[in-house]
Amino acid sequence: MNLSQLPNISPNLIIVGFLGMIAIVTAIGVVAFNNPIRSMLSLVANFFTLAFIYFSMGAEMMGITQIIVYTGAIMVLFLFVIMLLNLSADSVISTKKLDVKPLLAVPVGLALFVGLLSQVMMPFAKVTQPTAPSGWGGPQAIGRTLFTEYVWPFEIISLLLMVGIVGAILLARRRVEE
Amino acid sequence: MNDVPLLVYLGIGLFMFATGAVGVVVRRNPVVVFMCIELMLNAVNLTFLAFARYAPSPLVPPGGQQHTWMAGQMAVIFVMAVAAAEVAVGLGIIMAIYRLRNKVDLDEMSTMRG
Repeated sequence: MNLSQLPNISPNLIIVGFLGMIAIVTAIGVVAFNNPIRSMLSLVANFFTLAFIYFSMGAEMMGITQIIVYTGAIMVLFLFVIMLLNLSADSVISTKKLDVKPLLAVPVGLALFVGLLSQVMMPFAKVTQPTAPSGWGGPQAIGRTLFTEYVWPFEIISLLLMVGIVGAILLARRRVEE
Repeated sequence: MNDVPLLVYLGIGLFMFATGAVGVVVRRNPVVVFMCIELMLNAVNLTFLAFARYAPSPLVPPGGQQHTWMAGQMAVIFVMAVAAAEVAVGLGIIMAIYRLRNKVDLDEMSTMRG
């Protein structure tokens, strides 16, 4: 790929690049922070940024769902569990010998990134124009598709959520002494 | 939003996925491992949406373009629902283990190791 094929720097690219940078930094924060609360706040920031990336793609419904479901519901569940368990930072270094896993995992992760980027994603380097029309991610389009074409997967998902709720209650319930 | 190449979105998603994979291997706190799994699921969601929006011609199924735009978003909805169910059950399991042992550390949960 020579330099003339690189895309010109448009304001849109700058905005998406900025959001992407925040997403990358907060993603590193999730793994790097030792304290679970800090990891969780970093993850909240990451999901929020991701919602804005969805907005920038025109997928408004998905962005709103991301904010409501992930940052609103799932992360609050994480916060509750962290506070209930009273988790503190890992006591890694003092109790154990030098752990080789982190030293090994970072090169493996880098290899995963570089390998997939160069082998799988380079064929898509020439794709710069979106084909979806404006309004492709609006609530109307999504609702229509979800309740016509995808109604059976939707029902199965609702069944799965039902089973999940019952299972969570069953697991979290205190055992009754006989 | 024109002029943003597909590769930007794919790169962000891939980086988040790789970071999450490293976190699953490295961290010893099960709650943080769950967070890293959420990170990976969200990276996949971003990739789904990017492909749904750009729909490069080899990916367009016989149903036509419209099918592609909606299929990506439907996949994202279902991934979100499955993630919610998974988190509810997984955190319940962590709570149960904590009640049993007063301690959660993945390296010490070796009862089921073969």
